[in-house]
Parts: sequence; structure tokens; C-alpha cells
Amino acid sequence: MEKELWKGNEAIAEAAIRAGCDCFFGYPITPQSEVPEYLSLHMPQHGKTFVQAESEVAAINMVYGAAGSGMRAMTSSSSPGVSLKQEGITYLAGAELPAVIVNCMRGGPGLGTIQPAQGDYFQATRGGGNGDYRTVVLAPSNIQEAVDFVQEAFDIADQYRNPVVVLADGLIGQMMEPIEWHDVPKRKLPAKDWATTGRKGRDHHNIINSLYIDPNECDDFNAHLAKKYQLIKENEVRWDTKDTDDAELLITAYGTPARIVLTALEQLRAAGVKAGLFRPISLWPFPEKPLHDLAGQSHIKAILDVEMSIDGQMIDDVRLGVEGQKPISYLGHAGGVIPTVDEMVEAGKKALKEAE
Amino acid sequence: MILTADQVCSSRVVLVCGHYGTGKTEFAVNYALALAHAGHATMLADVDIVNPYFRSRERRKLMEEAGIRVISSSQACSDADVPALPAEILTILENRDIRGVMDVGGDPVGARVLARFQPKIIQEDYDLLFVLNANRPEVRAVESALLYLRSIETVTGLTCGGIVNNTHLCGETTPHEILKGAELAEAVSKEAGIPVVCHMAERRFTGEGSLSGLKLFPVDIYMKKPWEL
Repeated sequence: MEKELWKGNEAIAEAAIRAGCDCFFGYPITPQSEVPEYLSLHMPQHGKTFVQAESEVAAINMVYGAAGSGMRAMTSSSSPGVSLKQEGITYLAGAELPAVIVNCMRGGPGLGTIQPAQGDYFQATRGGGNGDYRTVVLAPSNIQEAVDFVQEAFDIADQYRNPVVVLADGLIGQMMEPIEWHDVPKRKLPAKDWATTGRKGRDHHNIINSLYIDPNECDDFNAHLAKKYQLIKENEVRWDTKDTDDAELLITAYGTPARIVLTALEQLRAAGVKAGLFRPISLWPFPEKPLHDLAGQSHIKAILDVEMSIDGQMIDDVRLGVEGQKPISYLGHAGGVIPTVDEMVEAGKKALKEAE
Repeated sequence: MILTADQVCSSRVVLVCGHYGTGKTEFAVNYALALAHAGHATMLADVDIVNPYFRSRERRKLMEEAGIRVISSSQACSDADVPALPAEILTILENRDIRGVMDVGGDPVGARVLARFQPKIIQEDYDLLFVLNANRPEVRAVESALLYLRSIETVTGLTCGGIVNNTHLCGETTPHEILKGAELAEAVSKEAGIPVVCHMAERRFTGEGSLSGLKLFPVDIYMKKPWEL
């Protein structure tokens, strides 16, 4: 298939249409505004629904309503806007509703900057809302992955009746890259017999709710959720590696920094440093065991975590995975400053030296 | 055939427009540098109020070292997502001793900023160039490309004077892509009655036999991604 040149945000939007998204509800915010802009033109052309909501809070609650009635629903935003959606996301998880949420992260906290960052890792993987819930979090490292993951996200959400977050950063949203529209793996999905689409001769009404008056019932429901999350942990862990077979220096990174690491690996190898990359793709469930096993290999001497976050957030999961087997150091910037190839090469050499 | 900046366009002021993501900024930066290298006193104004990333002002240092005066909104405005334009832009239109390049935001919505300068622009020796990339899905057909071109003319109140074929696939570009774009550009040119002024080609392609029949404007890639720097 011939490649086409797409901007990340418009490709994410087109991917949603191709995944059969019925309804999009959003509110513009840089650097993801091209997602609603593209969908505002193209969703109606496909007979689908686009609503520019009055706020991010309204948008996520519209997603709740549409998902509850069995529609494939999506919203997208950037960091401050995704913060506003957190209440809606915990309600989606609590009502077991499938939905896709795209976050093109920018610098924070607060309004921060409009440049790319990764400071929302905790929010996405720990749950920014209340209660014991989890969202599947997929982190693309290029536009092709963004396109593929958005399409798969709808299936994953439907399979587990749970919100799925596609966690990109502003650079992925804003840059141009060649992609191809290939088929993504389709899943066998359960019927949405829980959706509020009318009674249709059933002996009961379907009710979408997350309220439990009886504490024991709420306890049971949480146990049910925990079982579901365990299943997701067993089935949905994803990661990628590059040049790790003989690596002495293992760099961990996701998204845009992982892309920059690939260039740093070439320069490190050219300088005689055996370096490799471990790239988590599913941030929750985190690829804890694969990282643990790799870090345990005798050739790995040191680990360097790189993020667009000032002290690191994913590094907590890296530490849990590595379990103290090897020393871990950190390189990061926040506020829209992107770690450079040179900085990665220097930090990698330093990490190895300190480990010796 | 390899073109110089003056052979691409000899008008005093060049306005670079087109669908977003077609490579307007890459053309604007390369064209301004080529003008400067040819000895022209050159100014480039970054009037992109649409794109928050990958703007010509990010190459300010490179251009200033080549003697180009770069005009853009203040740092405060450019990174705060404020669509404000500096008054200094008028120097490009008023100083007839210089060659001016205006790097305009994508689509009719980005080109709208020119409408504010239209009464001054039409008094100058200007050309509005339409950058076209056949790999961009929204403009790969003649009809849709024409729609963008005519919409840009409508919102700016200006007439397009030339088409620039910038068909590429970032690092995956081949001469085949440039030829594919040339075909589209010629078809749009025929429909619109507007000449194709050049075909952009990375310097590594300028010796390609298959491209020898095209008017090539050799370019270097300046708008790089963080892993290409």
C-alpha cells in the first residue's frame, strides 16, 4: 500500500473513523486541536456524530452517555483538558463503559506550556480520578503506532468494558510522518447486551450506574473489577526492545524520547558503548516481568531512564520491574524541553561509568 | 534543470501558502537562504498563527547567520498560542530595497492573516506561491488541491502566481515521489492557469536522471525532528 503523509493529530482522528467511532465529543486545546478540527469535518460526512462540547467536563460526560447506549465513543484533549476529564473517566470505569481517550501531553503542571511533555504518566496509569480503577494505557512512539493503537483501543475498550487511554505527546500530534493504512488485528467482541438501547422484551431494564448503596455489593463489584484488571494484566502487556541482546547500558523510554533514543543508540554503539532500548508500549499494564528478566541478564550493567518529566514518573515502574538488580539513573526535562541525542549519549556513558 | 532563487521567483515579495503539512516552511526557509546567498538583502516573516510547532522562527539563528532578518511575534506570543502579529511585518512591504518572504500558516484559515495586509501587498511586486504535496491526502486530487488554492485566494484577496511541487515522504522520499507530485502539479496548473514555478528536491536527488526534465529547486532539510538533529 502506498504511504501517505499525515499530521499526527489528523491521523489519530482518521483512525477513529476507520475504527468505527460513532460519536466524538471534544473541546479544542493545543497541541491536539487538529483532532476535533478534522473530525468536525469528516464525522458528519460518514453519518457520525461530532459535538464540540462547552467544556472538557461536558465532553467526557457526553462520552459516558454515548458509551452507555452502546455507541463507540471517543474524546481527545491535552494535559490540562485531560485533568478536567478525570471525574468522567472514573465514572466510566465505575459503570464499566468502553471509551477511548486520547491525550497529546503538553508541559505542566497547571497551564504549563504548549510544547510536548510526559508529565501525565502518573495520572494515566494510576488513575487521576477516585476509587480502585485502572485504564489500559497505550503509548505510541510514532504516527503509525498512534494510528494502529487508536483503532485497537476501541476493540480493547469493548472487550473489557473499560476506558482505554492513548497517551501521546504533543510532538506526535503535531509532526508529519509517512504512514500506511493497513488492517489492524480485529478482536472477537462480546455483544453489548448491557447497553441502554430500550427494553426490547427483556425482563429487566439495563441500567448504567456506578452507585452501590450496600457496601458489600460495592466490595463485590470492586472484586469483580480487580479480576478484570488481572485478566488485562495477563493479556495486554506490550513492549518493544532494540539492541538489547548484548547491551551493557539499557535505556528505558516511551513515546517521543524512545524515538530519540534510537539515534542515541547508534551514536553510543559508534563510540563503542553497547547500548539497547527497552520501550514499554502498554504503560498500564506495565511490562514489569519482561523488564525484570532483561535487567537480570548479566550483560546489563546499568539502566538509564529517559522521560519528558523533570524527575521521572515511569521510573517508579522501572524500579518496580528492575527490583534493585541494577543501578538506575535518570535523564529528563519538563515544560516542553525535549531531551537531546547528545544528552542521552552523555548520560548513558555516565550511568555505565558510575556502575563500574 | 537546477534553478536559482531568482529563477524560482523574481518578485520582490513572496507569500508562501498552501494546505498545512505540505512543507511551506521548508520552502520558505530554503528560498530565503537561497536569496541571501545570491546576495539579496532578505527578510523572512513567520506569520504562521496556526501551527504551534515546527515554525520557521525555530531556525532564526541559522537564517540570521546567513544575513536574513527574521520577523516573528515575540516569544511570549509564539509560545503562548496567541495569534498576534508584530508591527515589524510592515517593513517587508514598505522597504523596497529588500526581498521579502512571508511564511504563512496552513490552509485558508492560516492564510487569512494576509487579508489584513492585502491593500499594501497589491501595491507591491509580489507573488503568492501555492505549495503542493501529492502525499497529503487532502490535496492529492486535482479538484481538492484547486479548492484549497482558490479558497486561499478568496480569504486573502490575492491572486496565486505559481505552484511549488514539494511532494515528499520525509526521510522516505524517492525521485518517484517528486515525479508523482510533478504530475499533480501540472494537472492543477492546467486547470488553474497558474504556472508550476519549481519542484523542490533534496540536494541528494538533483543529479537523478529521471528528474532531469524538471525545473528543480535544490533544498536542504532544516525543519528536523529531535532525533534527526
